[in-house]
Amino acid sequence: MLKIWSMKQKQQQDESAATGPKKKKVTAAQLRVQKDLSELSLGSTMKTDFPNPDDILNFTLTIEPDEGMYKGGRFNFNFAINQNFPHDPPKVKCTQKIYHPNIDLEGNVCLNILREDWKPVLNLNAVIVGLQFLFLEPNASDPLNKEAAEDLKSNREGFKRNVRSAMGGGAVKGQSYERVLK
Amino acid sequence: MAADSALTNGADSQRLRWKYLDRILSRPGPFTDPDWEPGEAVIEGLSRAKILVIGAGGLGCEILKNLALSGFKDIHVIDMDTIDVSNLNRQFLFRHADVGKYKADVAARFVEKRVKGVKITPYCGKIQDKDEDYYMQFAMVVCGLDSIEARRWINATLVGLFNEEDPDSLKPLIDGGTEGFKGQARVVFPTMTSCIECQLDMHAPRAAVPLCTLATIPRQPQHCIEWAHIIAWEEERKDITLDTDDPEHITWLFQKALKRAQEFNISGVTYSMTQGVVKNIIPAIASTNAIVAASCCNEAFKLATNSNPFLGIPETDNYMMYTGDESIYTYTFQHIKKPDCPVCGNLAKNLEVDSKSTLQEFIDSLAERPEAQLKKPTIRTEAKSLYYQSPPALEEQTRPNLSKKLSELVSDGEEVAIQDPAFQIAFKFKLVFKK
Ligand SMILES: [Zn+2]
Repeated sequence: MLKIWSMKQKQQQDESAATGPKKKKVTAAQLRVQKDLSELSLGSTMKTDFPNPDDILNFTLTIEPDEGMYKGGRFNFNFAINQNFPHDPPKVKCTQKIYHPNIDLEGNVCLNILREDWKPVLNLNAVIVGLQFLFLEPNASDPLNKEAAEDLKSNREGFKRNVRSAMGGGAVKGQSYERVLK
Repeated sequence: MAADSALTNGADSQRLRWKYLDRILSRPGPFTDPDWEPGEAVIEGLSRAKILVIGAGGLGCEILKNLALSGFKDIHVIDMDTIDVSNLNRQFLFRHADVGKYKADVAARFVEKRVKGVKITPYCGKIQDKDEDYYMQFAMVVCGLDSIEARRWINATLVGLFNEEDPDSLKPLIDGGTEGFKGQARVVFPTMTSCIECQLDMHAPRAAVPLCTLATIPRQPQHCIEWAHIIAWEEERKDITLDTDDPEHITWLFQKALKRAQEFNISGVTYSMTQGVVKNIIPAIASTNAIVAASCCNEAFKLATNSNPFLGIPETDNYMMYTGDESIYTYTFQHIKKPDCPVCGNLAKNLEVDSKSTLQEFIDSLAERPEAQLKKPTIRTEAKSLYYQSPPALEEQTRPNLSKKLSELVSDGEEVAIQDPAFQIAFKFKLVFKK
């Protein structure tokens, strides 16, 4: 142990470490989210909302696709990040009931990097890019809303019509959806 | 010979128990450092060393037993859990009559009874309950945890404890972990060698099945249980917070999973499998725990006595991985410290500030600091977002803080973390108010 200490003294840089009153320190998860937020590129189609600005681990992301079948809609996702981030992925849920093959009626999202393919090197930007992509390219092979996936697979034009009516607050096959038009 | 004097010194037959241990500590071996002085002082040092064990579960039982049998005499142990009947197969310090009691308490009493002269001080609660003063009293910390979150917490705490002017503030962290037939033992010298946070990517992420597989084409009984856990509960019992220790909750999930398994012609869903999947219980192999704990305790012994080179000496190996699932393989290597590690990469420095100056003035002064010109800083404390450059919504919400006085935003000595796009890593300062 003492040997280690003398090595430390050799290693010592010119900086002096802080001492003083003991206060809560910014957590590793907060540091990482802070970094991720500073690297977020939201463009013109996305914005964030922080219900409590002091709490950066919980916020809402709004996506307004400017192309594709979901153009004209406004979609809200709740982000809940725990203190084990980035080991654990953020928990992301759609807060509206929408018609989408990869999002179920409870708002669960089937996006590989939110679950099976999450790695600590991925950041929040990767997640929002992934979410945005879901609206440009809904994917029938990873279905969470089975009906919507079937529609997309069998009849793309019919699917598009269903998207429009669901976004307007209409019903598709007896299931009513929330109005999400801007 | 020095060993003899140690024997006569205690003057009782008790010391005979340590005869061979004393021999190791009483004469140099082929690998001991030439400067090392064997003998009574080393033996004394070992019995006086105060060591903290975090976790009294599968690994913890082994660690406590090994440390006590290696000559440590002042051992503390923290664990918040109580004993479950399913622990008894491998957590050998517990008996059936102990079910429901605190692990730390029972483990401490058992080892004290079996190894005379050892004092074990239990604390039944969370590591987060304790402050820096508490951790400061130990010579080193040994972790036998199954939670990455708890490891990250103790790691950050020990890094934060370190103060260059005080040799005693350097607390080696010995960490053991197992998962089935795999495990690792590693030693961290906070701020000197790669820390737990530097090594975060060494933890395999929990294997997850795609959500759409769970939702549409379950193939295994576990898929049905995960479906009940993630999807069915949310749909039907959204307003009840799932408590994985509540038998009613587990029974509900089990019934749901069973029904779904029948729909898809899948067999094998059981109550205990439901419990295992929901609580993410990784099958523990007693021998893996024994191997990893033994390695951790050998390092603790060598660290406390300097009798032999140990894992974690800066610029040498600090990580031993063990794999027993395909024959047997171990590999010991040096995990390199990450310069941009958010925990050990940049230590908090004291920064004297005028408490009456505004946040804007403080931010302007950061742009002129010689070591790092922070031109677009984002800045927060643990509790507050002081100023964010982006995203735009957060910038707008925190902008009013710019005209506030520092004394309104932070307390004297509080830590702030500053992120700037020009740097990969956050800077940490403790703001000390000018008197
Ligand atoms: Zn580190």
